[in-house]
Amino acid sequence: MSERVNVKKKQSTPVAGAKAEAALPALGPKGMLRWAWTQLTSMRTALFLLLLLAVAAVPGSLFPQRPANPANVTQYIKDHQDYGKLLDSLQLYDVYSSAWFSAIYLLLFISLIGCVVPRAIAHYKAMRSQPPRTPQRLSRLPEYGTLVVPADAGIPASDAINSAAGLLSKRGYRVEVRDADGALPSLGAERGFMKEVGNLVFHTSLIGVLVSVAAGGLFGYSGQRILVEGDTFVNTLVGYDQFNPGTNFQPSQLQPYSLQLDKFNITFDRESKGKFGQPIDFAATVTTKENPDAPAKQEILKVNDPVNLGGTSIYLTGNGYAPVVTIRDGNGNIAMQGPVVAKLQGDNYYSSVVIKVPDAKPDQLGFVGFFLPTAFVTDKNVSFSADPELFNPQLTLNSYYGDLGLNSGAPQNVFELDVRNLTPLNARNLAAGGITLAPGSTATLPDGKGTISFDGVKRYIGVDIHHNPGQVYALVFALLAVAGLILSLYVNRRRVWVRTGTAADGRTMVEYGLLARGEDHRLAGEAAALRELFATEWQLPADAAEEAASDSVDPGTTAGSQQTPSRTSDNVAGSVSTPAGPTGPEKDQ
Amino acid sequence: MPFGINETMGQYSELFMLLAAGTYTVAFIAFAWDLAKSSKALRAVDLKAAQAGATAKVPVAAGVGAGSAGGRLSGPADRAERPSSSTAKANAAGSGGIVTADGDMKYAAERRVPARVAVALTTLAVLIHGAGVVTRALGAGRVPWGNMYEFLTTGAFLVAVVFLVSLIRRDLRFLGTFVVGLVIIMMVAASVAFWTPVGHLVPALQSYWLVIHVSIAVLSSSLFTLTFAMSALQLVQSHRQKTVAAGGADKLGFMRLVPSALSLENLSYRINAIAFIGWTFTLMFGAIWAEKAWGRFWGWDTKEVWTFVIWVVYAGYLHARATRGWTGTRAAWLSIVGYCCVVFNFTIVNTLFNGLHSYSGL
Ligand code: HEM
Repeated sequence: MSERVNVKKKQSTPVAGAKAEAALPALGPKGMLRWAWTQLTSMRTALFLLLLLAVAAVPGSLFPQRPANPANVTQYIKDHQDYGKLLDSLQLYDVYSSAWFSAIYLLLFISLIGCVVPRAIAHYKAMRSQPPRTPQRLSRLPEYGTLVVPADAGIPASDAINSAAGLLSKRGYRVEVRDADGALPSLGAERGFMKEVGNLVFHTSLIGVLVSVAAGGLFGYSGQRILVEGDTFVNTLVGYDQFNPGTNFQPSQLQPYSLQLDKFNITFDRESKGKFGQPIDFAATVTTKENPDAPAKQEILKVNDPVNLGGTSIYLTGNGYAPVVTIRDGNGNIAMQGPVVAKLQGDNYYSSVVIKVPDAKPDQLGFVGFFLPTAFVTDKNVSFSADPELFNPQLTLNSYYGDLGLNSGAPQNVFELDVRNLTPLNARNLAAGGITLAPGSTATLPDGKGTISFDGVKRYIGVDIHHNPGQVYALVFALLAVAGLILSLYVNRRRVWVRTGTAADGRTMVEYGLLARGEDHRLAGEAAALRELFATEWQLPADAAEEAASDSVDPGTTAGSQQTPSRTSDNVAGSVSTPAGPTGPEKDQ
Repeated sequence: MPFGINETMGQYSELFMLLAAGTYTVAFIAFAWDLAKSSKALRAVDLKAAQAGATAKVPVAAGVGAGSAGGRLSGPADRAERPSSSTAKANAAGSGGIVTADGDMKYAAERRVPARVAVALTTLAVLIHGAGVVTRALGAGRVPWGNMYEFLTTGAFLVAVVFLVSLIRRDLRFLGTFVVGLVIIMMVAASVAFWTPVGHLVPALQSYWLVIHVSIAVLSSSLFTLTFAMSALQLVQSHRQKTVAAGGADKLGFMRLVPSALSLENLSYRINAIAFIGWTFTLMFGAIWAEKAWGRFWGWDTKEVWTFVIWVVYAGYLHARATRGWTGTRAAWLSIVGYCCVVFNFTIVNTLFNGLHSYSGL
């Protein structure tokens, strides 16, 4: 495209031309734009932007990222008073949606489009036009060879060129014969158009992947839900514990299917010493219904094996224990009964428990403590869980009464109890002591505030529910990209020219040259193969062929073709004023 | 359910690994010996040639001259300058009289005994190593790439195998010290820093995608290891070629055994192209697996970030090879940077960064 700028210079007056020569900005606004566009779509810029993209992606792995875990970011800012806030203003906690990261990839993709479109047009034309004219001096091509057909073979120059054309067509070349009846008939041939097609498909598909990902973000949604054994999730907005809609999400997108957790099984490793007690298999038995009236179906939900339902996928992402408790209030009524989700805190399902009983009368009750599946107490009176399975389940709790503050309207975390406005009832340091419960046992709270019984233990699972309409397209484009990439790297685009002539003594002289466009380490091999084809066709003795070919076609040096890199052929393009059009690989200025 | 654990097999495996590491060490010494000895021999040949008033390029140049025999319609006399496959060799050899190994990396006629010994030893080590990998797999009752220890030992095995396989067609024995050295480092790192007894896979890894995704990742990484070695040598060689061409002293005599910078660049480009396709698959299969396991195919988890960075760097490398002014040394640097990212992704990211991919088994 730099030529276009030159053209503009030529059109202007000589004075203006001189000025343009002297200072670039004299190109004028249009010229400037054009210049900027040329720069943006150059290979060098693409390379620069690519490397910049790689560098820009790195901070996202160094700092906590909001989309992945907002709590970590808050903590990080707290822990790094000095620069935590500064990083935030630089969007380093949202790297992949930051202005600068977006700018880089958008520029890259604009550059990509600016690169692909002209190339596609040029390639379309090239595919429809005839192979380039025969260069004057074939001997300057990276692969060159000659053959001599004896006069008594009766193959005149024109026959030779025609049979060469036939051979090349059979080999997949597109061939044009020139000057067939002249003194020096020649042919131009070209093959490997799929290389460029592959390259174009590859780059275009990258745009497709990007667009699919963006579309998924717009129209998709995701959410989480915790299900205790026996619980049922219904796919409506209220069914989710947490819900993240895409920008264009409509609640009507949700299909009201249901999923009930019947049973959750974990297999623990009881074999290896190092990993004893590690979970090795999670399996949730669930009953699903596509919609309220549909027949029920039992399925197994596992890690790495989501359940697909109503256009969404449901993933098993977490699990734990939920002790079942019954709490009676000061009036002797059941204020709460059911499983309480315990949050994992440490090894072997050492979990924290928070129970809020807003319905307790006359005072609301609150409990905080731990659940241990296999409780063990050390001599120092530290309790820990010795095994992930329920060998000695224990619930240790402190209790409080007072106003839980649930009516204040401020959203509360169900896993945290704010005890500032509560009065402690049970704690280790109080006269009443803490509460320690085994399954089946009941503790009575002091001052007639009520009782708590530990009835048993259930398991719960955490599921993620995702709907991403973009991902199928992303996959299709990614596969297309790989196909294009393979074509582009492994199809070789080659040109062959052959010229024949008749020597004074009646022999038919044949010369041929080959040129690669782009990387092609097998060009010499192709030259040797063509030579052999010709020699067989014209029944030249093998040794004669070899003698003539002694410089480059000896099979022993075939592998030397590695030495024919793009750069070498580039030299050719530079040194030969060949009429063959652009010869070397297309390189940027 | 996975198969049972067999701790005895695990112990056999460790014994094999130890034996293999020992054999590699001996092979490494043999490769180093070969470098030293051959460079001495080459220097002697050089000296003799210089005394005889001949330069090293004569025999090659003769081959080029012979090309003028054929009948020619318009063949000019300057054919020797034609940068064709057959003359590039002569050019490389001719520049400043330095000798490098055959540019096409075909085996030369003369025998290098130490190199043969080294290759034989490497083959033996690979066999033992293979036994180690197989017994590990039997011991754990699954594919042997489920934690850092196994990635390293199986990865090192693949590096060595890829190297040996490439030796069938090309004389890459000059890479021996480099490759075997890296293999030894990997084995030592595995046993010292990442040792893990045989065990079951955590549920997050129990998927056939582990077999597909990780095996391609490890295979691509071992190819990147080869090209890293070549690119590093390419930088040294191109520095040496420049120095010698400028009339400087050839201080790096052992580099005579190494092909010209250009040949190194071309071969490493070809290997990098294969490895890049492999890495593209790694990335894609990883995304598919992430979709299956976590419900999203891309989430910029640290491991995903670095896999992406590596992919982009090598895409940059492929671009550089087609950008004027960026071939040669700069492309080699990109290839090296890419490999550094591979190593970083494997070591630091797996151990220090916590992401969803916390499978390092530590
Ligand atoms: C999203 C960013 C891009 C990526 C990941 C990428 C990746 C690649 C890869 C892997 C190749 C080598 C395989 C092949 O030849 O098909 C390649 C080649 C190529 N790319 Fe890109 N590319 C990107 C953007 C661009 C842009 C913006 C341009 C235009 C300025 C461009 C122009 C080219 C050209 C001309 C080639 C062919 C080089 C040759 O002849 O060997 N690419 N690209």
